[in-house]
Amino acid sequence: MAKTIIKIEDLKRSFVMGEETIHALKGVSFSIEEGEFVTIMGSSGSGKSSLLNILGCLDQPTSGVYDIDTVVVKQQSKKELAKIRNEKIGFIFQSYNLLPKTTAIENVKLPLMYNTKYDSEEMDALALASLEKVNLSNRLHHTPAQLSGGQQQRVAIARSLVNNPVVILADEATGNLDTRTSYEIMALFQELNKQGKTIVFVTHEPDIATFSSRTIVLKDGHIIKDSPNTNILSAAEALAALGKEDE
Amino acid sequence: MRILNLFKIAWRAIILNKVRTLLTMLGIIIGVASVIAMLAIGEGSKESIKSKISSMGSNMITVRPGADMRGGVRLDPSAMQTLTLGDYEALKTQTKMLSAVSPLVNGSGQSIYGAHNWPTSIYGITSAYLKIKVWEVKTGSIFTDQEIKSAAKVAVIGQTVATNLFPNEDPIGKMIRFNSIPFKVIGVLEKKGESTFGQDQDDVILAPYTTVQKRILAQEYLESIVASSVSEEKSQQAVDEVTSILRERHKITGDKEDDFNVFSMEEMISTFSSTSEMLTILLVAIAGISLLVGGIGIMNIMYVSVKERTREIGLRLAVGGKDTDILMQFLIEAIMISVTGGIIGVSLGLGTTLFIEKVLHWPTAVTSYSIVISFLVCAITGIFFGWYPAKKAASLDPITALRYE
Repeated sequence: MAKTIIKIEDLKRSFVMGEETIHALKGVSFSIEEGEFVTIMGSSGSGKSSLLNILGCLDQPTSGVYDIDTVVVKQQSKKELAKIRNEKIGFIFQSYNLLPKTTAIENVKLPLMYNTKYDSEEMDALALASLEKVNLSNRLHHTPAQLSGGQQQRVAIARSLVNNPVVILADEATGNLDTRTSYEIMALFQELNKQGKTIVFVTHEPDIATFSSRTIVLKDGHIIKDSPNTNILSAAEALAALGKEDE
Repeated sequence: MRILNLFKIAWRAIILNKVRTLLTMLGIIIGVASVIAMLAIGEGSKESIKSKISSMGSNMITVRPGADMRGGVRLDPSAMQTLTLGDYEALKTQTKMLSAVSPLVNGSGQSIYGAHNWPTSIYGITSAYLKIKVWEVKTGSIFTDQEIKSAAKVAVIGQTVATNLFPNEDPIGKMIRFNSIPFKVIGVLEKKGESTFGQDQDDVILAPYTTVQKRILAQEYLESIVASSVSEEKSQQAVDEVTSILRERHKITGDKEDDFNVFSMEEMISTFSSTSEMLTILLVAIAGISLLVGGIGIMNIMYVSVKERTREIGLRLAVGGKDTDILMQFLIEAIMISVTGGIIGVSLGLGTTLFIEKVLHWPTAVTSYSIVISFLVCAITGIFFGWYPAKKAASLDPITALRYE
């Protein structure tokens, strides 16, 4: 049986806004096994951002259980949370969030800089290997301004891989990209997933979800659907088909 | 996180904003440079006053008669005859704070050698006088104790007297006359130059005090007693000691006024330096204000920088940066700016000082403490003014920071 990477039980998150209490998550439970490619869908206000923040250890649940890689997240100190983020999670954002005027390889190295384990050579080697995985080994010393949107997102993916995380959390990672580049990125995710990476992908685009192996749909703080994807489409094929249409 | 990485990150941030960093530094640079230069000028003028006064005598203490009243009338101190040889002997034997004591009697008159003559003063002293005045005999020698005892008619002459009486001759061994009394020249003094008060110190003839007292002035009392304290620091103690010995000898008790005055060079130096010290304080205060303004400049830029890099901070937090890492990053950046500014400022200050000395010919003295203090102030400025923006950066919530537009 595969290892459980994420275990969530009756997770609740509420915010106090003045006199009102907003319940963003009203008791969510699921678990994610190693090697899964899960998309979390939902319209805005469904609670998916709150869930992603908790999954990413950027926020703590009000109540409920959240374990990542058998580590109990609840009641960890800020410092411990930073350590979990640094060692167990790879983040990918909609707007890439690369450091401006900083080369691709320096950007990829960033998570390693916050880990005392690595020396300078190891950092370089890991960053290089990471960029090779996203086919950008020929763009090591380009700054974000010199890269296209798709390339920037690939640098961001390389950055999320560099610390060899147990899970990659992508927040609308294709949101800023055109269809073709989106497919390219999704193909890359599928490739990484095939290599055994666990991926959690938050999106509101249904066609992106068809590339994943499982879809969780949130609405008003509840899970309304959690089902494995029986018909997983290949992003590479979709991309090829797109190429034909263009011709 | 390795501290070295933090330095790398801070350095990158500085490099990426070269012009802005340089402009920020400018405040610190100007502040530090002016502190260094102003202190150097102030210290220089103080030193020059001090060395001029000290050249009149090392740690010199002078005792003069004074403040005597006869029937309610204040007397001219020079007319008073309160200082005696007994006082001199007492000071010589009883004090612990004096390294040398010499009586002093003086008179003026005409010195004559052959066809040359020159109006000058004669000082009756012991050989200790030269030690007190830090004066050397250039050729020949000073008179011996035996010559003092026997009131020998020997003299050591100053450079001015030597050049005027002996334009083409070696004075040693020659007989001169001072107020018709013949003296044998046994030594010539080193040139000492003008005193702070514009008096030619070389226009003098030195002779045993016994000779001057008996053969020229025909007086028993002394004009003054000069002495050297064992060290500069001890000079106030020496003044107190001399005062108490003389009060006892003169039978002055309680709060009765002394019939003598004791001055130390220290007092003179401090009187003269106090003006320049005031000026220095003023100059440094102005320079300090510019340093403060520079610090506020750093704070301002760091604050803007934190705002501008909110997303970056969010990202750093998301990939595992701890809030202390963020705090340190911005603090190090601020300190780097201020300390680099400090280094440039110190060099500029030293350059300015050199310029002032070479081109304007003002006396300057760069003290190591001014450099150390400027440096410390810079580092403290960096920490102080960098702290608030850095704290602000560290306290950002990663979720909001990542969404910041």
